[in-house]
Amino acid sequence: MSSSYAFRKFKNNLFFVLCLLCVVIAVVPLLSILYEVIARGASQVNFKFLTANVLQGGIGPAIQGSLILIGLTSAIGIPIGILSGVYLAEFGNNKYASTLRNVNNVLTEFPSIVVGITAFTLIVVGVIGTYSPVAGALALSFILIPIVARTTEESLNLVPNSTREASLALGAHKWRTTLSVVLPSARGGLVTGTLLAVARIAGETAPLLFTILGNSYFFQGLNQPMDALPIRIFLDARQPSPELQAQAWGAALILILMVLALNIGVRLISRKRFR
Amino acid sequence: MTKKITGDNVFKIAAAIIAASAAAILALNAYVLITGSTLVLQKEGIGFLLGRNWNPVEGRESFGVLPYVLGTLVTSGIALLIGVPLSLGIAIFLVEMSPRSVRVPLSYLVELLAAVPSIIYGLWGLFVLRFWTQNYIETPVNKYLGWIPIFSGTPFGLDIFTAGIILSIMIIPTVASVSREVINAVPNSIREGAYSIGATKWEVIRYWVLSYGRSGIFGAIILGLGRAVGETMAVTMVIGNAIGPNAMPFSLFRPGQTLASLIANGFIESTTPIEKSAYVGAGLVLLAISIVINVAAHLLVTRVFKVKGGAVE
Repeated sequence: MSSSYAFRKFKNNLFFVLCLLCVVIAVVPLLSILYEVIARGASQVNFKFLTANVLQGGIGPAIQGSLILIGLTSAIGIPIGILSGVYLAEFGNNKYASTLRNVNNVLTEFPSIVVGITAFTLIVVGVIGTYSPVAGALALSFILIPIVARTTEESLNLVPNSTREASLALGAHKWRTTLSVVLPSARGGLVTGTLLAVARIAGETAPLLFTILGNSYFFQGLNQPMDALPIRIFLDARQPSPELQAQAWGAALILILMVLALNIGVRLISRKRFR
Repeated sequence: MTKKITGDNVFKIAAAIIAASAAAILALNAYVLITGSTLVLQKEGIGFLLGRNWNPVEGRESFGVLPYVLGTLVTSGIALLIGVPLSLGIAIFLVEMSPRSVRVPLSYLVELLAAVPSIIYGLWGLFVLRFWTQNYIETPVNKYLGWIPIFSGTPFGLDIFTAGIILSIMIIPTVASVSREVINAVPNSIREGAYSIGATKWEVIRYWVLSYGRSGIFGAIILGLGRAVGETMAVTMVIGNAIGPNAMPFSLFRPGQTLASLIANGFIESTTPIEKSAYVGAGLVLLAISIVINVAAHLLVTRVFKVKGGAVE
């Protein structure tokens, strides 16, 4: 540090420029991804593309399948995740809860492909015996539950204790306080966290490879393979035919619109929280 | 009175049971992977970790995951080498330098990087990034430095290097946002003390802020490593999917394979029980690596936040 003042100032400015450069470099891939997806995908999208099955050149089954998966997964994962979070936040001052918190941390960083193997073994080989939307939804809820549990705990922790005490002082029970006072006060955070978690699983692909497999036709039942947007992109992108590759870009545009709309929408609604 | 107490207890116990679902999920995954891989582990023993062959032909079966473990480590290593300096630069810029009006939109943009699904990174990597790395980096480097073993081969764009690059982009949001929180948690008195003895901003950050948050930033890096190790789809689409001894990552510009991409490519088409078991075994190895990494990362990150005395969270 024994350099002259001018040199130290120069180093300081250089450092500023380098940091700015890092930000620019990181934004380039994002902009390129958005540009390519729009440029190559937009020309594909029309009414037939969105509604026809794969053999007729559309991605209708994939859109339908993704919506079914999101619905099933949310139905399984959100209630379990929120109740887990409630336990961790409201009764979580013990060893049992802190163990569960650590398990949750491990689960949120779980390699998603592993979850696919588990759902395959349990459902596809075990319970149902065929590829099935249920297996896909189960795999995705393994990913969803820990994320929802964590965001629920975080939002409940933001509710001031005086709110709980006010309710308890009026003679309400703990369970009543939690359900009617604490959860509603944390509503904003809960909605935000849950929607972001849903956005995350909407784009998950790896666990679906072994569970719903992909299908050219619309939903055929809970004991049949099903399509979904990420699977359709993966299957199409690997084909040599330019038409199918173009279809992959079109599907990517729909998927990214779904995911980004959820993300940006949520952030706009809850702008204050993120400041 | 007893009835009222029961109501609360019932709620508490029900919530506790539901909360145990996390432990159940972990146990279920571990159980399935361990029972599923016993077949191959009994046959190969320690050779499963050290072997290089992947031969599912009946009667000559031989399975070893060494090339894929190394492939996972090399691609993640490249991701850290490139991604970590970028992420730290971003975190420092956002906390210490940017005016407030720029900070919020910029953090949105960086967080959007995390929102893009990995399959779309893969699609972009396969049709766009691949040609960038092939034309602007791999071909020139291979032409002049091709005599160095790690740059040898015929650059094709679908190889270990491109996989590393795409991973480095994907870990940026994780590493940048955790380091940003760590830097934010460094008390202002530290900065003020440093400024008051005449340090420049660079010196304050380099000698005070970064060393104060050292273990937290280290934790952020390891979290990024965890993400890179488990990433599947984007890597599967750009790594070239070599198999067996060819997948040993001796050159950056040759096709390789990671544990995750191996499973994504082969698991569904595997036919014999022992082959299926070998893929499950690869999953078990991947899971073990990822759990070790994440536990280490969380220990490091929480240590910093505890030191802060609750400054964050």
